[in-house]
Amino acid sequence: MAGGWIETLATALIGTVLDVLPIVVILLVFQYPVLHQPIANLKRVAMGSIYVVAGLTLFLVGLERSLFPLGRVMAQQLTDPAFLADGPDDVIDWTDYYWVYLFAAAIGFATTIAEPSLIAVARKAKEVSGGAIGDWGLRIAVALGVSASIAVGSFRIVTGTPLYFYMIAGYAIVVLQTMLAPRMIVPLAYDSGGVTTSTVTVPLVTALGLGLASTVPGRSALLDGFGLIALASLFPMITVMGYAQISAWRGRQAARAPKPGAAGDTIKPAPAPAPDRMKRRK
Amino acid sequence: MIQTLRSLAGLIMGSSRDLAPIVLVVAFFQVVVIRQPLPNMVDTLVGLLLVMLGLGLFIRGLDMALFPVGEALAGAFARKGSVFWLLTFAFGLGFGTTVAEPALIAVSAEAAEVMSGAGAIAADQDSQEDFALALRYTVAVSVGTAIVIGVWRILKGWPIHWLIISGYLLVVGLTTVAPEEIVGIAYDSGGVTTSTITVPLVTALGVGLATVIRGRNPMIDGFGLIAFASLMPIIFVLIFGIVV
Repeated sequence: MAGGWIETLATALIGTVLDVLPIVVILLVFQYPVLHQPIANLKRVAMGSIYVVAGLTLFLVGLERSLFPLGRVMAQQLTDPAFLADGPDDVIDWTDYYWVYLFAAAIGFATTIAEPSLIAVARKAKEVSGGAIGDWGLRIAVALGVSASIAVGSFRIVTGTPLYFYMIAGYAIVVLQTMLAPRMIVPLAYDSGGVTTSTVTVPLVTALGLGLASTVPGRSALLDGFGLIALASLFPMITVMGYAQISAWRGRQAARAPKPGAAGDTIKPAPAPAPDRMKRRK
Repeated sequence: MIQTLRSLAGLIMGSSRDLAPIVLVVAFFQVVVIRQPLPNMVDTLVGLLLVMLGLGLFIRGLDMALFPVGEALAGAFARKGSVFWLLTFAFGLGFGTTVAEPALIAVSAEAAEVMSGAGAIAADQDSQEDFALALRYTVAVSVGTAIVIGVWRILKGWPIHWLIISGYLLVVGLTTVAPEEIVGIAYDSGGVTTSTITVPLVTALGVGLATVIRGRNPMIDGFGLIAFASLMPIIFVLIFGIVV
């Protein structure tokens, strides 16, 4: 037992250090010979880097020993034909997969909330926007996007409909929203497509995709197992822009008919009502 | 000492909210659908504690190291005023963080197997390794290029949507002509390039640049580097698949 822990810990630590090493080398090369500048607060930065490496290592080891095995077993059991069939003579069609869709949506949402790189981007977005974009609002919007994408992606694998159909429809919505959404959200929305598929989400979602592709008749694990990740980086763009659109719309509503607390708690209404109108109301 | 313990407890408490949904989902399906007791209760609990502590430490390190370093570099390059060195750094950062990425190494090895299974390359060990290495370098170069284009966009203040939308149109176009086996690999490679350490560093660099360059808005111009870093590998790998 203890040996297993130490081995996992060592493997994860080596992996993380290998991940960090090239970054450290590049930073040092540019910091000294090119910029001729010592790193400010070197001690604090060094301490912080140790936190990052230790933190990620513990995070990955913990997941590998607790949630990942359970999630993988669940993905296997839920896609097992024996579990899906209602009776011995039942022919399985796409409606028998309701637990799979529910699991896909739930696990997509939950893993995205725990995704460290999304937490980082959300913190930065909150700081840069001066709190106008709440970090939880953004994370929930992204998580809803991933949730929908994994559920739709599972449906796609089960029904065998082509991936490009969903991708092109998704891109069309993204283009349309780009024209309509508040301008300041667009770059952040594009970024949130890339950060969702990372340390926590990919292993569990891949297990689900492979489970489905290998048990649904007529699917190949190689050709059909992957579409989940592609959709998971597309849908969050739609939900994040949608979140900003809804917030802006509610802001306009609130500006038109001011009610306490109607503006929502994460995005503040963009244009404040004219001061003279405020005075008159009082 | 007590203060350290208290801040550790704070870290664990803070990240318990981040982990709550995933614990609830797994518990729900375990109880309602799978209906079996947990195989390793102790292991699971210890693992969860490590996950929370690790996430807390990571977020602390984010504020102490990754964000300040990214911003300081943006400021230093802006003061130096050399576009050449800034772009060289941008390429180095993108290339360097990607070429050694464990997830990418795993995906390229897998891709080599798929390709030789499909008969696109010879089935022997050597040509599989060659293919995997070539794919890895293709992806690393593509991420380097992506950060260069992204930084150049911040300098110029170009609106991001024209670049990204035309990029996706290119992806759609290339998908129709690329060999079927490479399409999945290409879409996957977009997802594996942006690691948990690269994302905060690159985000801080972009926001930092947009903050110090006059006339740029950190919100509109600062974000978007990650978007390029996940789009470019898809384009490059699709082209790689067409050429090879």
